Amino acid sequence: MVISMIGQLGRNVMHGVAKIGDATMFGLASLRLLFSRPWQGKHFVMQMYAIGVGSLIIIVITGAFTGMVLALQGYHMLVKVGTESLLGPAVALSIIRELGPVLAALMFVGRAGSSITAEIGIMRVTEQMDALEMMAVNPQARVMLTRIIACALALPLLVGIFDVVGLYAGYLIGVEMLGVNGGVYMGETIDKIDMIDIETGLTKSIYFGLLIGIICTFMGHRATATTEGVAKATTQAVMLCSVMVLILDYIITSFYL
Amino acid sequence: MNEYKKIEMVVGVFVLIGVMSISWLAVELGQVGGLGKSGYTLKAVFEDAGGVREGSDVMLAGVGIGQVKSVILKDNEEAEMTLRINSGVQIAIDATVAIRTKGLIGEKFVRVNQGSEEEYLNEGEEFEDAESSINIEDLIAKYIFSGDAK
Amino acid sequence: MIKIVSLNHEFGSVKALDNINLNIEKGKVTVIMGGSGSGKTTLLRLLAGLTPPTSGSIFFAGEDLAKVSRKRLYELRMRVGMVFQYSALLNSLNVYENVAFTLHEHTDLDESVIQTIVTMKLEQVGLRGFEDMMPSQLSGGMAKRVAFARALAMDPQVVFFDEPTSGLDPISAGVVSSLIHETTVKTRMTSVVVTHDVQAGLDIADHVILLWEGKVIAEGKSESIKQSDDPRVQQFIEGRPNGPIPFSRSQTAYIDDLMHKPGCVRMS
Repeated sequence: MVISMIGQLGRNVMHGVAKIGDATMFGLASLRLLFSRPWQGKHFVMQMYAIGVGSLIIIVITGAFTGMVLALQGYHMLVKVGTESLLGPAVALSIIRELGPVLAALMFVGRAGSSITAEIGIMRVTEQMDALEMMAVNPQARVMLTRIIACALALPLLVGIFDVVGLYAGYLIGVEMLGVNGGVYMGETIDKIDMIDIETGLTKSIYFGLLIGIICTFMGHRATATTEGVAKATTQAVMLCSVMVLILDYIITSFYL
Repeated sequence: MNEYKKIEMVVGVFVLIGVMSISWLAVELGQVGGLGKSGYTLKAVFEDAGGVREGSDVMLAGVGIGQVKSVILKDNEEAEMTLRINSGVQIAIDATVAIRTKGLIGEKFVRVNQGSEEEYLNEGEEFEDAESSINIEDLIAKYIFSGDAK
Repeated sequence: MIKIVSLNHEFGSVKALDNINLNIEKGKVTVIMGGSGSGKTTLLRLLAGLTPPTSGSIFFAGEDLAKVSRKRLYELRMRVGMVFQYSALLNSLNVYENVAFTLHEHTDLDESVIQTIVTMKLEQVGLRGFEDMMPSQLSGGMAKRVAFARALAMDPQVVFFDEPTSGLDPISAGVVSSLIHETTVKTRMTSVVVTHDVQAGLDIADHVILLWEGKVIAEGKSESIKQSDDPRVQQFIEGRPNGPIPFSRSQTAYIDDLMHKPGCVRMS
């Protein structure tokens, strides 16, 4: 009984590993098309609009509230040991290094990632992918590649915006509301933040973006071509991306420390 | 096509805002050298670098005048530091450098003690005197042993 | 125009097509018919180059689709159009942009020229004036016609039709059928139609191919098919529920399942 369970576990792991290989090949095949004509420039821009601009509102809202909560919590913890002058750097470091890339990525997955998987799945169900093929347009380039690249480029930009909004929101709460000295807040922040922190955050966001792009297009492409299949693939994609973001976050963080 | 032009513009604005955000972070907080920030470098050789590293502040009279560009081992014995000084800051040729701590247990920085000569140090020149950091443990050891001797 | 030689296709262990040898004649309407699972959709996909065959060759104007490069395949597709079962119109584009799609993608024609062409094609299918509508606003029959107009945009030599009349009301079905027939005759293009609509199929066909379990069981003009003495052909043509293709798909004996004891018959 136990042996069969272990066997099943083993099978699942093998299946999972095979899927990872599959997804990687899929991603690489799509990315290879980056260098072949015809350029998908116009469609890439349209994806940037749908994916990047589309996620802007949720990113700004999440960023603002993250900054505010950090400032609030941070202040009440630091004021107990008299180091509230360090509130600025505390908020900034948390956001720039960790919360910015990770939270932005998770919000991004929910907003853009799920819509990508669903869109692609539905296109397959309605044979639009085949139609593109028959009209001599490579659906992998037109549909998949544009979305993957748009994810990889949009997320870092969104993280940058998240960081700025979060920092500003933190400043508003810390200085205007809680009374920390503005000069000290900014001064300490500028002092304690290094390029390496920003670099860490940015690197993470690029990898996250690529990861999300590849996973979501892959899941949409491999979905069973039925309505339930698409719905299932969408939820699975969101879950998988979220978990992978957290795992990747740990890996990249350990590289930089 | 009109629709597309609008989309293109919005995407352009989005990218612009994103890039500006990242740049602001990098310049303001990361203190990236910045474009067009000119300056010059000076050298200093210490017995003990004492925790000063690349990026540590260089200060004169309590004012930041630059950063430590690099700390390397010289002749397998001493620590050679290259200091990046902002342009406009003039340091006399008999000025000295020392390693100090911010606060009591804060981070290390390089302190420049201004000299009295009229001539100033130029690009690449070396400070004539470099005082290594005051090592707490050595001090305590000195105190203990001198006390014992009595 | 299209020649199929020794075509075999398998999905895993299931043989979908078994040693098919066919000729699709130029300028004629060839109708491929068969029940569900007969392999006709697979055959169409192979003809269109959407799937590579397990073995065999598909010669499109002399070139073997199974061996041709992707680039060449795309070049050949400029001469081909396809109308899908559910129209497969691109959802984010309106009717005009859908019909003009191939023209926008593969030609450098002036917009005014493209506009003229689109108007002509829509007129041909009777939908001139509907350029601004979105696919989601169209009925099944209208979408099919737009898909047809789209397929005709570059004046193709061959057009493939996947179940053109399925899901349509009798009038729309009649419209689509006659459109296929008339367009083929007028423009001398080659049409390949896959359908299980016997009536429509036999009406418009110049040549009929009947598939059963992956094999060709009958071929010829509509008349000869109707008069065939092959019981399988007869069952299909007349739509009889029971015949060589049995009504009951059950594998076990009836009495066993009633007695809930497979393999044991209670005699009392």
